[in-house]
Amino acid sequence: MSDVAANRERGFLRVAFVNRSFATGIVITALIAAMALLSFFWTPYDVTKLVVADRMLPPSWDHILGTDQFGRDVLSMIMVGARNSLAVALVAVGIGMGIGVPLGCWAAARGGWIDDALMRANDVVFAFPALLSAIMITAVFGPGAINAIIAIGIFNIPVFARVARAGALSLWPREFVLAARAAGKGSVLITVEHILPNIANLLLVQGTIQFALGILAEASLSYLGLGAQPPMPSWGRMLFDAQTRMAVAPHLAIAPGMAIVLTVLGLNLIGDGLADVLDPKLRRRR
Amino acid sequence: MTAYLLRRVVSGLVTLVVASIVVFSVLEVIPGDPARLMLGMNATDDAVQALRVQMGLDQGFLVRYFHWTGGLLTFDFGKSYTYSVPVGELIAERITVSLPLALIALALSTAIAIPVGVFAAARRGKPADTISMAISQVGVAIPNFWFALLLVYVFAVWLRVVPAGGFPGWEAGIGPSLKALVLPAIALALPQAAILARVSRSALIEVLGEDFIRTARAKGLSREAALWRHALRNAMLPVLTILGLQFAFLLAGTVIIENVFYLPGLGRLVVQAINQRDLIVVESVVMLLVASVILINLLVDMAYAVVDPRLRTRS
Amino acid sequence: MSLLEIENLALDIGGTPILKGIDLRIEAGEVMGLVGESGSGKSMTALSIMKLLPEFASLSGRIGFGGSDLVNASEEDMCALRGDDIGMVFQEPMTALNPLKTIGEQVAEGIRLHTGANRTDAEAKARAMLDRVGLPFEKFALTRYPHELSGGQRQRVVIAIACALKPKLLIADEPTTALDVVLQAQILELLRELVHENRMGLLLISHDLAVVTEMADRITILRGGEVMETGDTAQTLSTQLHPYTRQLAQASLHVPERGKRVSASSTAERSPLSRDKAPLLSVQNITKDYPGRRTSLFEKPQPFRAVDNVSFTLGEGRSVALVGRSGCGKSTLARMILALEKPTSGSVAFRGAVLTGRNEAALRPARRDMQVVFQDPYGSFNPRRTVEWLVAEPLHLLDNNPGKAERRELVKHTLHEVGLQPSDMQKYPHEFSGGQRQRISIARAIITRPKLVIADEPVSALDVSIRAQVLDLFAELNQKLGIAYIFITHDLTVARAITDEVMVMHEGRIVETGKTQEVLSHPQSDAARMLVEAAPDLHRALAKRMQEQG
Repeated sequence: MSDVAANRERGFLRVAFVNRSFATGIVITALIAAMALLSFFWTPYDVTKLVVADRMLPPSWDHILGTDQFGRDVLSMIMVGARNSLAVALVAVGIGMGIGVPLGCWAAARGGWIDDALMRANDVVFAFPALLSAIMITAVFGPGAINAIIAIGIFNIPVFARVARAGALSLWPREFVLAARAAGKGSVLITVEHILPNIANLLLVQGTIQFALGILAEASLSYLGLGAQPPMPSWGRMLFDAQTRMAVAPHLAIAPGMAIVLTVLGLNLIGDGLADVLDPKLRRRR
Repeated sequence: MTAYLLRRVVSGLVTLVVASIVVFSVLEVIPGDPARLMLGMNATDDAVQALRVQMGLDQGFLVRYFHWTGGLLTFDFGKSYTYSVPVGELIAERITVSLPLALIALALSTAIAIPVGVFAAARRGKPADTISMAISQVGVAIPNFWFALLLVYVFAVWLRVVPAGGFPGWEAGIGPSLKALVLPAIALALPQAAILARVSRSALIEVLGEDFIRTARAKGLSREAALWRHALRNAMLPVLTILGLQFAFLLAGTVIIENVFYLPGLGRLVVQAINQRDLIVVESVVMLLVASVILINLLVDMAYAVVDPRLRTRS
Repeated sequence: MSLLEIENLALDIGGTPILKGIDLRIEAGEVMGLVGESGSGKSMTALSIMKLLPEFASLSGRIGFGGSDLVNASEEDMCALRGDDIGMVFQEPMTALNPLKTIGEQVAEGIRLHTGANRTDAEAKARAMLDRVGLPFEKFALTRYPHELSGGQRQRVVIAIACALKPKLLIADEPTTALDVVLQAQILELLRELVHENRMGLLLISHDLAVVTEMADRITILRGGEVMETGDTAQTLSTQLHPYTRQLAQASLHVPERGKRVSASSTAERSPLSRDKAPLLSVQNITKDYPGRRTSLFEKPQPFRAVDNVSFTLGEGRSVALVGRSGCGKSTLARMILALEKPTSGSVAFRGAVLTGRNEAALRPARRDMQVVFQDPYGSFNPRRTVEWLVAEPLHLLDNNPGKAERRELVKHTLHEVGLQPSDMQKYPHEFSGGQRQRISIARAIITRPKLVIADEPVSALDVSIRAQVLDLFAELNQKLGIAYIFITHDLTVARAITDEVMVMHEGRIVETGKTQEVLSHPQSDAARMLVEAAPDLHRALAKRMQEQG
């Protein structure tokens, strides 16, 4: 705790940027995010326009990352795909946090059968291999970005519920919470004033981890054709299309893969750095 | 100890029952008629009606649920609509690919990850630690299906040492079959190994800071001896938990990897079944995978009890 | 030649100097007490001798032991010495043993390592050693695991490990700080015997002057990494030549000024504890059961009774000590009085109103008049809030919530009462020392002007000099504001210093009640007698030592 406190005193951001993992991660993630934002206004080429004459060109000055089987510019597609990837993963994290954290805090505050029931429900969700179930959900309700978000988001709920509950449970017997109870504060107020601020670190770190996992999950779903639907470009779909053309145009498989790796790497580095700076004890989570 | 294990078994069974209700209910919440969904929009009403009877859709929810679960208990999973064979047979055939693949991958990732984790923890802060952790950091970020594509490109397309995909079948001999599983297993195992190595390292580093390690050093044990004799077993407790979780990841991973390598396993079966709307197959395979996840978690709990005497409460 | 000769030992860790030229020598068979407040470098001195220092530590000077200089000894040589010629006992017995290995394995391990004995021989030796430290084989088989043992028993195992090979030097770093007084007395006795039997040198590190005086032939007083004074224990402490020695000794013996209230209670013939006309607090037949651990599948788990049918009343402005060994149910009782925990049966009434079974809204008036101060000055504050926010928290209980300016004024005034500055309001808890934090804790407790403050071990975590100041503050507030206290403590000196009456608790029951002075000088019950006899007492220890030396 005293480390955290000392860090706050020195200015959180300054300390954070001295941490190499955090700084690297922020730079990588910021670049990807900037690329996604830029794609709303400008891309080198129009990704909806098919130029059959320029099919599967290797990287050149005109097309830095080459073109695909329909003659679309790969760099432009990566930029637009980043939008999709980040949005799906981010909203899925939002769903997980928005539902999971209140559930976890509620379970910790109430205890007893409510806690038992919620944790049992968590166990059930955990028993489903997440990606497989996401495949099932998108298959049953139809492929598409929205259903991908829901499918990934559902499996984020128990993760956040568990983290929030564990953090809250360790705080409830603490003396400062007892003092707040002796000051007549109810469990909702205590959760808002004392529990949440003290588990924010845990949640933030878990959030970056789930964000990264969400990117991977979205890529897997769209690789299987269950994510965003063409003509909306997505990284996973680009890899699927590249697979059959590996022998003739290997460059098509490199760029989307690198984009996924960099994004996930950046997020994981942020998570590691945050864990380090906020509380060295959190490090074990990864 | 028996009380602890019995509690675990009961909670596993409860989870299994609830999971079966969830899986079964998915059929119910599907918009529209499942039979029509399976047959497609062009099917005749007679065909749809016939399928409804075959699936028991003309009966009530509870009747169908108990019929289905009763079937599961006797390994009677029903009949696949698209393949026109019992689902049990399909699963039995496909599992001979998926199970060896998952087990090889699990063994491979454990065999790589734990030594790397121990090695890095023992050399904490030294270049060997920094380098192995940087590699594992990248490894965590690599999607397994992309890694699979790269492996195919390098070893199958370029070097031509292994086939790019497909599976000859075990009747073609162990050698060719294993050869077909090499790349898929590596593609599955390495990203998992990266995670596991990081977990092992941090678990070990945390244990090395515990008071009892200092007691061991004060007894005259060298740093290395304290690590091997006292830290390692304690550090294995969190690693066991992660191993259990990873099994679920590996199962899901096989779904994708089997599609990359065109392996006729359960994962490919389930994706094909989803595409063909063969819900009976989907339900059965998902239940099977859920049951195996629960079983693995039970095994992890048992392993915990073996390693940790605190769980073996005596009367 | 001395057994251990430390000369001009300097240690710095990552550029921060920790020890600045320590000189220390111990003869064979001698007990050397190393005393100092937290941060004085006591533990680092011990770890320097063992060469078990953290990373980035650099050591200079000389540590002469057995003809060689440990400062320059190789790691290999140190491994040969540790556990063989030098043994060490640590402060925290709960975490000092490997939870996954049996106690037999852990004691035998060092024996096998150093003597090359086979398993059977090493286990026989370990068995003998465990018998010697008071863990007889009928009850403590070699195959038992640490979690099956209590804290005191675990500390005995740690001592068995350290002494298994009869080391020439034993280092004990606060070996009894985590234990209650009765266990402390037993462990100290065991150490004394072992040292005597084997003519070991003992370096006993403690913050407790009374403990060291009871045990040590000579004493070294450390402060800020430097030796203040060293010499014969009795002489050093009776002459108090060095000002810091005097300060420490006086703080240890400090009794706050308590003025009229003390005399008032001594003139009252009747016991005010039970027969006041309108009791402030009345506890009736209160009992608390915790669900027990299930030991078998078919039997119902036996509940654990933490508090067993306790009744007492407390008058306004009274100050009562609740003393007892750790785990006797003191804290559970306190939490039930504070309505933070529900009793299994019985009831609590405060100012005539029954609290038991009431909802939060109904409890508000009582909560306003009844506050709490906890032991741990680090854990009792939300680290993310300012002092102003934290101290103002109970104002939430006032019916007409004060405005922002008024709140601030109240906080300012209360901080002044506990001896803090108005400028402290905007700071965070981590910016204060332990003693200051306890003042903030007291400020939070008195801001609503309560009638009763329950203090759960409020000074146990503090250094002696700080402890004296905080006790003064409690005494002063009792007089000025007429607040009644219940002081929960295992430390009889605290009870003696600031309370009129005492209740002795043992295994969930109150076994003795009376005026503090009477109970402490003439305890009637076994439990009270045990506590009184075991409590380290600087006066008594010093007198005994002077007498022995003539």
